[in-house]
Amino acid sequence: MSGEKTFILDGKPIAFEDGDTIMDAALRAGEYIPHLCHNPEFTPHGSCRICMVEVDGRQVSACTFPAAEGSGVVNDSDQLTAQRRSLLQMLFVEGNHICPGCEKSGACQLQAVAYYTGMLALDFTHFFPRRSVDASHPDAVIDFNRCILCELCVRASREVDKKNLFSISGRGINSHLVIDSPTGKLGDSAFAATDKAMHVCPVGAILPRHTAYNTPVGKRLYDRQPVNMVGDVAGYEETDER
Amino acid sequence: MTEKLKLATASLCGCFGCHMSLLDIDERILELVQLVEFDRSPFTDIKKIGHCDIGIIEGGVANAENVEVLREFRAHCKVLIAFGACAINGGIPAMRNQFELKECLEESYVDGIGVYNRMIPDDPEIPMLLNKVHPIHEVVQIDHFLPGCPPSGDAIWTFLTGLIEGRPVSLPYGQIRYD
Repeated sequence: MSGEKTFILDGKPIAFEDGDTIMDAALRAGEYIPHLCHNPEFTPHGSCRICMVEVDGRQVSACTFPAAEGSGVVNDSDQLTAQRRSLLQMLFVEGNHICPGCEKSGACQLQAVAYYTGMLALDFTHFFPRRSVDASHPDAVIDFNRCILCELCVRASREVDKKNLFSISGRGINSHLVIDSPTGKLGDSAFAATDKAMHVCPVGAILPRHTAYNTPVGKRLYDRQPVNMVGDVAGYEETDER
Repeated sequence: MTEKLKLATASLCGCFGCHMSLLDIDERILELVQLVEFDRSPFTDIKKIGHCDIGIIEGGVANAENVEVLREFRAHCKVLIAFGACAINGGIPAMRNQFELKECLEESYVDGIGVYNRMIPDDPEIPMLLNKVHPIHEVVQIDHFLPGCPPSGDAIWTFLTGLIEGRPVSLPYGQIRYD
């Protein structure tokens, strides 16, 4: 092991290879850094800001920042947890996240990361934005009320499916997911049930049809164990277990 | 033992599920009544709230009467708790915020399938609906929040015993749920 490069994450040495981000190395070492828009299969995006860590006193997103020999990284601190909780609260109030009415509940990464940070309530005023549901596709439904703009579907469609079906349009608070089809509807696009983009949504925005309650509430991914132990929902979505 | 704490509860725009879940603490309710005395609550049928130590509010704010009850609770309770999903973020009733109030009323009382005597009720005794359903912390100051639809009996017990004994409450994994 001599010559191996390491940095220190919350006091523990973490090995890394050239080109690794802090997140890459932490994931390989089995260390959990809370995140929503990161999936190791796609290009890092750095947009959700949940994975913000302190590197030698400066805040950076772990999924985009290169690991560096000997640097000190703080992931687990009260201040970072409070900051992550505030970011999550903003994601919740910005959309319409009514967990009791969502079939993704229990296997939702937004929920799971919020549980992990101990979020009990939403300190901000709710937007209650008016957004639509696109039920035009035979195999999937898109509920825009729950979209958190993580761009996982955008990247899956671009990088794996090679279809480039999704994009984020608009600016600031008007940013929203758009679909590449003549009508803007999913049903008129080239989207297929076999697409990677169907199975990477961390929330209940892109929902496969026909399988909603195959796994009953109470036996879902995050029902028994927290996200730092069972990991992302994307991997679980692609198993038969769901 | 010192005097019992006074506890009041109310359901605003909720389904009474949180109150039912409070009964899910089962036989521990015998322990609870050793610690607290129920003031205004659906359990006692007392209609007017007295000075209380703890107020528990289920449900969001959807009409003028909800606002009145909530303000009365805030004025009479030392500690006020948002109890369950609807109190915290409006919950299922807040799904009507996607529509104009007029559209909701017309769908229910005028255009809906199988509706007879099509007219929107306007009896003066019926509280006026607000344009939107609001979480209760948008109307009054709230001291504590307990999420869940409903919060489980165990979560309620962990929370209430901690609160009554005056120690910091830490809910174990599985007792914090939003659904």
